[in-house]
Amino acid sequence: MINKNFIGTTFAPHTVTVEAGRLQFFLKAIGETGAIYTDRQASLNAGYDNIPVPPTFLFCLELEKPDPFAHLTEIGVDIARVLHGEMAFEYYLPVSVGDTLTFIASITDIYQKKGGALDFIVIENRVSNQNNEHVADLKSTVIQRNDNP
Amino acid sequence: MKLDIGTLQVGAILPPLQLPAINRTTLALYAGASGDHNPVHIDIDFAQQAGMPDVFAHGMLSMAYLGRLLTNWVPQNQIRTFSARFVGITNLGDRLQCQGRVVEFLEHRGEPVVKIEMQCLNQDGATKVLGQALVGNTSTNSNHSNNFNLFCGPDI
Repeated sequence: MINKNFIGTTFAPHTVTVEAGRLQFFLKAIGETGAIYTDRQASLNAGYDNIPVPPTFLFCLELEKPDPFAHLTEIGVDIARVLHGEMAFEYYLPVSVGDTLTFIASITDIYQKKGGALDFIVIENRVSNQNNEHVADLKSTVIQRNDNP
Repeated sequence: MKLDIGTLQVGAILPPLQLPAINRTTLALYAGASGDHNPVHIDIDFAQQAGMPDVFAHGMLSMAYLGRLLTNWVPQNQIRTFSARFVGITNLGDRLQCQGRVVEFLEHRGEPVVKIEMQCLNQDGATKVLGQALVGNTSTNSNHSNNFNLFCGPDI
């Protein structure tokens, strides 16, 4: 069972730049071929500063660090036993290639269900860009399965 | 092309998105490209030690497919919120289909928006992911350029 005392833990900021090649690899992996994601001129014509990141890519940028699961393992989560329960994004401003984003993660909730057989860990990320504009919020709920609650 | 949400009606259906069968290459590419290197999705030995019969798909891969369903239909900068609940494990061989429909008109942060409910089903009709999005009528980059043109138009 994950200790609820970790609720409120905030992690060191994580800063990452949106790289064109990395984004194209992601687009290939999800099969996205839309013009604004593959043709810079189409992106500019649509009002973006560069090729925009698709709706879920902010989650990938959050993982772009030496140990992407440290937030979980540091509080005692076993990543072999986790499932992603829920994911939510709120968007305030577009993010595109060349932007440098800073993620500030915090654990906002930890609770148990099924008599402790399942731990739920909620991690929220506030995302700002190089102009210190708040571009998005992320909320991820991770579930750990426990054999011996 | 901008989508005018005023022209929509509750019950309107988004063009569905049919995906090819999930295979090990799909998962390997998604693991590398997404940065989610959890071996439970790419290494059968690790998955079996964790008590699973085989590797299985990342929930966020299915959410990315739901994202494609949305952005095939509405410009991305009109999407205000996008959320998903992962209700079933997607297995190798699953052929996912993404579906969505308009369910409600409401206000979000003082702005009229339309709520879209989505789901990701496999070939047997089993629901794997439930999604929801709020879509507004203006683009989120409008406070940079588009509105500027509006306010500095010929009237001024």
